[in-house]
Amino acid sequence: MEFRKRWTQGRRVRCHSTASVPQFTNSPTMIVMVGLPARGKTYISKKLTRYLNWIGVTTKVFNVGQYRRDATRSYNSFEFFRPDNEEAMKIRKSCAIAALKDVCDYFTRELGQVVVFDATNTTLERREVILGFAEENGYKVFFVESICDDLEIIAQNIKQVKLSSPDYKDCDKEEAVADFLKRIECYKMTYIPLDDNKDRNLSYIKIFNVGSRYLVNRVQDHIQSRIVYYLMNIHVTPRSIYLSRHGESELNLSGRIGGDSGLSPRGAKFASALGTYMRGQCISDLKVWTSHMKRTIQTAEALGVPYEQWKALNEIDAGVCEDMTYEEIQEHYPEEFALRDQDKYRYRYPKGESYEDLVQRLEPVIMELERQENVLVICHQAVMRCLLAYFLNKTAHELPYLKCPLHTVLKLTPVAYGCKVESVFLNVEAVNTHRDKPVNVDVDREPAEALETVPDHI
Amino acid sequence: MALSGNREQRKLTQTPLLKIWVPWVGCNLNRRRGSSVPQFCNSPTMIVMVGLPARGKTYISKKLTRYLNWIGVPTKSFNVGQYRREAVKIYKDFEFFNPENEEAMKIRKACASAALKDVAAYFSKEQGQAAVFDATNTTRERRAVILSYAKERGYKVFFVESICDDPEIIAENIKQVKLGSPDYVDRDEDEAMRDFSRRIDCYKSSYMPIDDEKDRNLSYIKIFNVGSRYLVNRVQDHIQSRIVYYLMNIHVTPRSIYLSRHGESELNLSGRIGGDSGLSPGGHKYAKGLATFIRSQNIKELKVWTSHMKRTIQTAEALGVPYEQWKALNEIDAGVCEELTYEEIQENLPEEFALRDQDKYRYRYPKGESYEDLVHRLEPVIMELERQENVLVICHQAVFRCLLAYFVNKPAAELPYLRCPLHTVLKLTPIAYGCKVESFFLNIEAVNTHRERPVNVDINRNPEEALQTVPDHI
Repeated sequence: MEFRKRWTQGRRVRCHSTASVPQFTNSPTMIVMVGLPARGKTYISKKLTRYLNWIGVTTKVFNVGQYRRDATRSYNSFEFFRPDNEEAMKIRKSCAIAALKDVCDYFTRELGQVVVFDATNTTLERREVILGFAEENGYKVFFVESICDDLEIIAQNIKQVKLSSPDYKDCDKEEAVADFLKRIECYKMTYIPLDDNKDRNLSYIKIFNVGSRYLVNRVQDHIQSRIVYYLMNIHVTPRSIYLSRHGESELNLSGRIGGDSGLSPRGAKFASALGTYMRGQCISDLKVWTSHMKRTIQTAEALGVPYEQWKALNEIDAGVCEDMTYEEIQEHYPEEFALRDQDKYRYRYPKGESYEDLVQRLEPVIMELERQENVLVICHQAVMRCLLAYFLNKTAHELPYLKCPLHTVLKLTPVAYGCKVESVFLNVEAVNTHRDKPVNVDVDREPAEALETVPDHI
Repeated sequence: MALSGNREQRKLTQTPLLKIWVPWVGCNLNRRRGSSVPQFCNSPTMIVMVGLPARGKTYISKKLTRYLNWIGVPTKSFNVGQYRREAVKIYKDFEFFNPENEEAMKIRKACASAALKDVAAYFSKEQGQAAVFDATNTTRERRAVILSYAKERGYKVFFVESICDDPEIIAENIKQVKLGSPDYVDRDEDEAMRDFSRRIDCYKSSYMPIDDEKDRNLSYIKIFNVGSRYLVNRVQDHIQSRIVYYLMNIHVTPRSIYLSRHGESELNLSGRIGGDSGLSPGGHKYAKGLATFIRSQNIKELKVWTSHMKRTIQTAEALGVPYEQWKALNEIDAGVCEELTYEEIQENLPEEFALRDQDKYRYRYPKGESYEDLVHRLEPVIMELERQENVLVICHQAVFRCLLAYFVNKPAAELPYLRCPLHTVLKLTPIAYGCKVESFFLNIEAVNTHRERPVNVDINRNPEEALQTVPDHI
């Protein structure tokens, strides 16, 4: 297996994954959300799915509300959710069943590893159905229950994500809020939380009041342990994350990759401009992180504030290709160069790393970013692509081609279920270091075809 | 914090040992910026154990201390029972622990105070970052004393309460660690059991667990029945989050961990470091010998882990069972020194060679790694080893040293010099508060790859002095 640089004994390949970390999921796992409306279930579902996919665990969310919207076409009022509305109950139950069927397809046909089953699942009966379904099919089940009695938090949730829901598309705001509150009441009547005694053999985490307290029961395996750790580290306090590359470096100017050079004169100008920009943002308690490489540290130095160095933020190790131009790589390693274009995410430089390796290396950085509030990360092109892909939910396929130009700060602010991105170019010219995928990625291609998309340099 | 005004670019220099870029500010390089991960501890943290006797508090204290020290957080455990043994010298019987025994209560309170004083000294004079306060701490009164002591001094407090009502587990604990305690050194086993049970009863009457309502503003984790369930409240910061994650991954199911290096490699034979060569003929013989040995151990459900390097994979292949590859288990990256002999390193990079001997743990190869980096790289491996049961890890010399140091609690100064010869399997079996180590040399000769620290580590030393301890090779 040439491009992944893995040792295999001919056809007797005993491990199938090229990932740097063993894939610890054997049985597929269903993560089942539990909780009244407006308790953050969909927020958690989407965020968790994004995280799991980023670390390489193929995951998909199944939102039963979406099935309901597809089945009923238009939403009238909270009356649909009354427990005595028999016709509606039939529809709701069949939506859940349809979702479960799709879960099964996702596991068997699409080789998914984890599913997040996003619905209220507030009755024992519904949870029994799910548990029975999972047992029949050999899936593991892990419940995530969100419990919140803080009226302010609930009101905030409703404002952020419910008012803009398709259900309330043509509604007056106050009307929508009133209806939604009555909807919650419908569920409250039949809500039975996971029981510490009766459900003691189930695997679950209960999250109280957006994370001030957690109850964790019977974690079965590695993936559940990682899920618990992740859920216990995320928070919803408003904040922004600033991503920037180092200022233009000497090696950037000459079109060379990797290395550990210092800033060019323009790079130093950028560092200064970055300081001005950050001061203008008036952030309380900003943390600044850099890698261990000279160019990010020089950039941070210009800010005049303390910064922390993370080795994990170092640029991708290009192994034998360190300090080379693309032209030199084409000349000395044409086959490697082509293999990289064939699968840029999994390709590992000889004696170096792949983007896939980089993601594993960056996981503790992401975990700590989740814990923190306002942070400025000064890093490198490949690293920034990995971090950005996490925040914007980009696939492994897109990740290595995300545009992260020099001298441009990305301000990421979590909003509703996603992330607002503001791109700020600080008006200091720099070379372009982005090389698009060329048309011909064949090992036998001409040098000119290989070098077609190389950006200009000295 | 407001960003200061226009700053002139300070010139950066790369520190020779750690290979980190720092602004040249005279000789003020005291502030440690060398480790690969930011040190997230600001205020010192007191981890306060809570629970009846025989609930695993000391087990958790020691294990947690070992883990934190290994990942680079200087931690020390303070066992109040130890203070009591030193104060009282001879233990008579459970009556000492009777809550009505006023004189004993005075002594016990004084011991707790003495321990707290030592915690303060550890933080201020020894630059400790975490202290584990190992005592029952079963009364609200005692916990209030600790909380106010910590508050006065600006320490964070994180409680770890162990709650267990399974009589079998408690009996097993008593057998494993109490019967061998200095308190019961001359006692008959049954007598000791009886006395200890009555000791537990003395505590039970005044035991107030951490209250979910009254203590809702405290930071704590409650562990129920050796980990089937956890209640986590108000985790304040990074280190507490890591502690919680660790505590939730450890277990006490009996198992063994087998550590082995790959079989002797071609580069081993020629005395070269690093690289990615295959096994020598001797190495292949070892791989077969390892397979025989493992089969003879009759291990149920053994997991086998290797690195991504040819020599560990070839070794695993001989076992004929599935194995998992971890990039994190790759040998330390020797950067520009990859595939060199020690003689060549001395010839081409004599200063680097000397710096490495000066501080082998923190020394980072140019464009490579340090042992300190290796430990951080291996942390997820250790975490997964804690979760697993029977595992065979086939790895490399420096990696082996890091893993072994974790299991047998060796400090950073000793870690890079631990002896991990080729063709020798170490079987680690957790018992009581530590780890039993059995060493199996599989009787297949191999080169020695262990280089001791030479006497002269000065940059100006002669080549012979530098090469004095290099093992023989082709």
